[in-house]
Amino acid sequence: MRPLTYSRARDVDDALALVAAGPDSAFLAGGTTEVDLLRAGVSRSGHLVDINDLPLTAVEDRPDGGLHIGALARMNDVARAPGVVHRFPAISRALLQGASEQLRNMASLGGNLCQRTRCPYLRDGVSACNKREPGTGCAALDGPNRGHAVLGTSDHCIATHPSDVAVALVAFDAVVHTVGAAGARAIAADDFFLLPGETPEIEHPIGRDELIVGIDVPGTPIARNSVYLKFRDRQSYEFALVSVAAAIEVDAGIVTDVRLALGGVGTKPWRAWRAEAALVGGPATEAAFRRAAAVELADAVGREQNAFKIELAQRAAVRGLNQSLKGIRS
Amino acid sequence: MTSVGTPVTRVDGPAKVTGAALYSAEITPPGTVHLAIVGSTVAAGRVTAIDAAAARAAEGVLAVLTHDDVPAVASPPHLLPSLLGAAAPGESFFPMQDTVVHYAGQPVVLVVAHTYEQAHHAASLVRVDYEAAPAITTIDQGRERAYDAERLFAGLMPGREERGDVEAGLARADLRVDMSYRMAANHHNALEAPSTVAVWNGGELTLYESTMGVRATQQTVAQLLGLPVSHVRVITHFVGGGFGSKAMVWPHTTLTAMAARIVGRPVKLMLTRPQMFTSTGHREEQEQSIALGATRDGRLTAIRHDKLSITSLFDDWAEPATGVSSQLYACDAYLGVHRLIKGNTMTPTFTRGPGETLGMFTLETAMDELARRVDLDPLELRLRNVATTDPRGNPWSSGGLEECLRLGAERFGWSGRNPAPRAQPDGDWLIGTGMAVAAYPMAFFMPPQRARARIFADGSATVATSTQEFGTGVLTMATQVGADALGVALSDIEFQAGDTDLPNSTAAVGSAGAGMVASAVHEAGTALRRQLVDLAIGDPGSPLHGVDPASVTVTAGRLTSSDRAGATDTYGELLGRNHLSDAEATGTWRPPPLDTPHGLLTFGAQFAEVAVDPQLGLVRVRRLGGAFAPGRVLNPLLARSQLMGGMLWGMSQALLEGNHTDPRTGRWAETNLAEYLVPVNADAPEVTVDFVEVHDDVVGPLGAKGVGEIGQVGVAAAIANAIFHATGRRVRSLPITPETVMEPTPAAAPT
Amino acid sequence: MSTTESRQDIRGPHCVPVTVEINGRGRVVDVEPRVSLLDALREHLGLTGTKKGCDQGTCGACTVWVDGRRVLACLTLAAAAAGHEVTTIEGLADGDELHPMQRAFLENDAFQCGYCTPGQIMSAVKLIEEGNATTDEDISEFMSGNICRCAAYPNIRAAVRQVRDAAGGAA
Repeated sequence: MRPLTYSRARDVDDALALVAAGPDSAFLAGGTTEVDLLRAGVSRSGHLVDINDLPLTAVEDRPDGGLHIGALARMNDVARAPGVVHRFPAISRALLQGASEQLRNMASLGGNLCQRTRCPYLRDGVSACNKREPGTGCAALDGPNRGHAVLGTSDHCIATHPSDVAVALVAFDAVVHTVGAAGARAIAADDFFLLPGETPEIEHPIGRDELIVGIDVPGTPIARNSVYLKFRDRQSYEFALVSVAAAIEVDAGIVTDVRLALGGVGTKPWRAWRAEAALVGGPATEAAFRRAAAVELADAVGREQNAFKIELAQRAAVRGLNQSLKGIRS
Repeated sequence: MTSVGTPVTRVDGPAKVTGAALYSAEITPPGTVHLAIVGSTVAAGRVTAIDAAAARAAEGVLAVLTHDDVPAVASPPHLLPSLLGAAAPGESFFPMQDTVVHYAGQPVVLVVAHTYEQAHHAASLVRVDYEAAPAITTIDQGRERAYDAERLFAGLMPGREERGDVEAGLARADLRVDMSYRMAANHHNALEAPSTVAVWNGGELTLYESTMGVRATQQTVAQLLGLPVSHVRVITHFVGGGFGSKAMVWPHTTLTAMAARIVGRPVKLMLTRPQMFTSTGHREEQEQSIALGATRDGRLTAIRHDKLSITSLFDDWAEPATGVSSQLYACDAYLGVHRLIKGNTMTPTFTRGPGETLGMFTLETAMDELARRVDLDPLELRLRNVATTDPRGNPWSSGGLEECLRLGAERFGWSGRNPAPRAQPDGDWLIGTGMAVAAYPMAFFMPPQRARARIFADGSATVATSTQEFGTGVLTMATQVGADALGVALSDIEFQAGDTDLPNSTAAVGSAGAGMVASAVHEAGTALRRQLVDLAIGDPGSPLHGVDPASVTVTAGRLTSSDRAGATDTYGELLGRNHLSDAEATGTWRPPPLDTPHGLLTFGAQFAEVAVDPQLGLVRVRRLGGAFAPGRVLNPLLARSQLMGGMLWGMSQALLEGNHTDPRTGRWAETNLAEYLVPVNADAPEVTVDFVEVHDDVVGPLGAKGVGEIGQVGVAAAIANAIFHATGRRVRSLPITPETVMEPTPAAAPT
Repeated sequence: MSTTESRQDIRGPHCVPVTVEINGRGRVVDVEPRVSLLDALREHLGLTGTKKGCDQGTCGACTVWVDGRRVLACLTLAAAAAGHEVTTIEGLADGDELHPMQRAFLENDAFQCGYCTPGQIMSAVKLIEEGNATTDEDISEFMSGNICRCAAYPNIRAAVRQVRDAAGGAA
């Protein structure tokens, strides 16, 4: 790991001032991504601004049925907050199926949103990787790419976004709040994650000196029946091959509202907008779920080792919708 | 009261549960500095330039060493399995002698600095330029270069095994089963990284080494450095898992010693997790195929078993896959062939259950298919073909296969199984069961094994040999054996190990460790007891003076004679009366000759129940049951753990573990524990282990056959057979991942 | 850079004294800010019971408690642990008296090579406190952050059950 300087921020203004002062400064929250990538030589931060003393750990129920989650609330604390468990079970389940208990005690929600892809080519320090060294190419396009994305890819990057909870957050229209020198901003979660396009190195629409302070999730009644299903090779402590956040509302057999998002298959947490549109107003049947899932994956691009994910994602989406539906009926 | 055979908890347990047990990287002599190794990023070619200026200028750096700085090795030893007791380099190539690069990760630069962080940061600043050459690292890339291997396992075994006329046997068969598989490479991934601390004192070297063979390390390093063996001492207190990765001696150990000599300080190396994929060998990528010929009633007429695998450019290494398939079943015609491709990889090495786990996977999935074709219960098919002698007609040193099959089946609840696939749905899941035989050869290639027993006038005793503890429980079992042999209480005896200054024992590999150590310790303890009994009999002051030695028994250090009721002496009093502060004896165990007229296999039977989600391709193992006949069980608590661990390794081999190289670069695709998957707690079902008692006079004075590998053999086949039973589909590659199990996309659904 | 350099509380990159309470005792360790809590324990404080398995957050061998929660020492910087309470395996036993979980690991043979064991035990004690040891399914899920390559998992579950059941209604 390269030599580092370190300081602890006393408050948000202090944090912003500290991080703005050096060109290679970065915030340090739980450290589960930053320390790992510093050691791997991928992160080039030279000065860490430890923000763990900032009072951003609240997890609060909002009167509209929504949530406010402080950026420094730890994954486990969010997952087990009663309001999250009852109002947004998919968020709770997504958190608890991520990482391990130890990592969930460390990792903050703000940090989780900023975690980097697990693409081995990003980590190895040698291979072509447009995220690590823009312009060098993407070694994953024609290399071992079983874990890579099939949705939202470009010729420049097919790295999978690794977060679980982000999938649930985009499903429920969460809003990411930041502050920076230019003031406060609110960014829709779905917009917070950028497609790689021609600039895969730019992952979020925020500056290096902009601090995530919290996440709001608007009241979403159908989320009470939401599910988060995660499928992977081993049964725990692994990133998803595919995951699905799903919630459905049905009236007389007709879908009146639905939320669907996919993880493990996209270059960003993948809100299945097209599938949702295909479902609303139609029958809540497995055949309809299947058609909607097919619509969502119609433009997916599979490669040598990950093509199976296109079908797997559709089956997982159907499974998720079915389970949410079963939850309503039980 | 005897201790052997009782479930004594680990003598090293308290040290392990309190964190007091010291592993090699935890030894820090005063002045210790740290080594980081820079590995080649290309898999073939040569180093053209090294720019070390930035690294040399970095804070704390003591030395940056290239091939220009590293001394020439004195005499590169030939590759030989460490079990043979000689020098045992993991590969016959030694890096950093010139600019040539044979595999990705090959050490090219050494950086020594005051702290771990400084060394690794400076290593990241070294710029190495290469002239890359085309590399072959996969079977597909080198298929047309394959050749028949003359010798295997570094020359120890023939590459081809043949008896009878296989073509004729297949021709006269009523039916024939052909199966072929692709098996991905495996990496051991012991939790403790290979670690070395090298300390020079004048011309003498002490190594604190994470190894399964202190003696192999001593001899290999001595030979490479041109030192007298007596000038190299290797100490290993505890090893955080080996699984074969620490059975041979790899270049990083000697490089650490070289660096320590150059900087004149003790040097510590702990490989990083990614480096563990390029530093201590691997189980090679392979393809196996098998053809079984059988009569309509399921009797085998011929077996042809082929293996194709990748080895390094410099060694003909293949895990032998036919050692069991050639002798397990009664069959007159057998042909086993190993073919090799030379590629740009390290020399592959032992990985738990070397060779035969995958060989048996191939045989036992084929037997499952044969059972289906002849409409026999898979268990019955095995029973019908079990060989009662080895192929030479020699009796097994001890058997037990039939008993294992029957006991395992009974405990698992096998009888009454519906053989039809897809017959047991359970919600989204399909349930299936499968079984396979477990068998593993015993290898007696080791030289005589020695141990020393010593007793002091206060009644406390030690037994000692140079073996090392890496989780097998050898410290505990040897203590038990020593206590019984000498006739002292377990609490009065301590087993010393992990130091080449102690009497010679060979690397603990191939399930041979506990057996050979226990045998040597038994001989030493017995020799010392005889010496002390003779002393008492000859001692006019002893109440046992003059009794028949055969009448004397010793328990808890107290000597009694069946010829003289009420007369007792104790070791302590005996030594005191004779003005002896201690007494000691050495014991030697000689393994049976290689041409012993006995078949040498350990037997068992494996059973598995799986749940398969055919839509998503998920496989969950619901339970595993195994029955084994490993001869004398020295400690059932520890033996059960070892077997259970092996069975879960088999599960992992079936479902999780596989690595591939990127054919474009020759680098491994998975180089950390988030990508290379090993089981976590949630993957591990409950495991049932049962023992079948067999008596064995051939394998050693205690009759213990070893439990390190047998637990793993057959599990992957039992699971694959269970997946077939659940789904009706046979997967032709390992590991069996979701994409290989998922039902194919159905024809376009009606709209 | 001038702003940061002028601040008194910018520390490093050279060694700085870091004050951490470890196993109930205030310790000062002189380390660079880049040094992990794990390396500070193992290389600078002589507390080698906490193991380095992967140094990447993927194995759990380095599990310690910080302020009573189980975390990974390899991804925690020593500097960031300053002012917090750290408990390691060396702080678990009461003198020579093993902690019940240590005893249960010994009695259930819940380890072989022993390298993951300190991390397993530090996790297992917390698992019960967290209330996630009710069922075998929960035990195995919430112990899945601790890899045991020897695969002693069923015995680890047995050890956890033993301590849980001995604690009885107290939990």
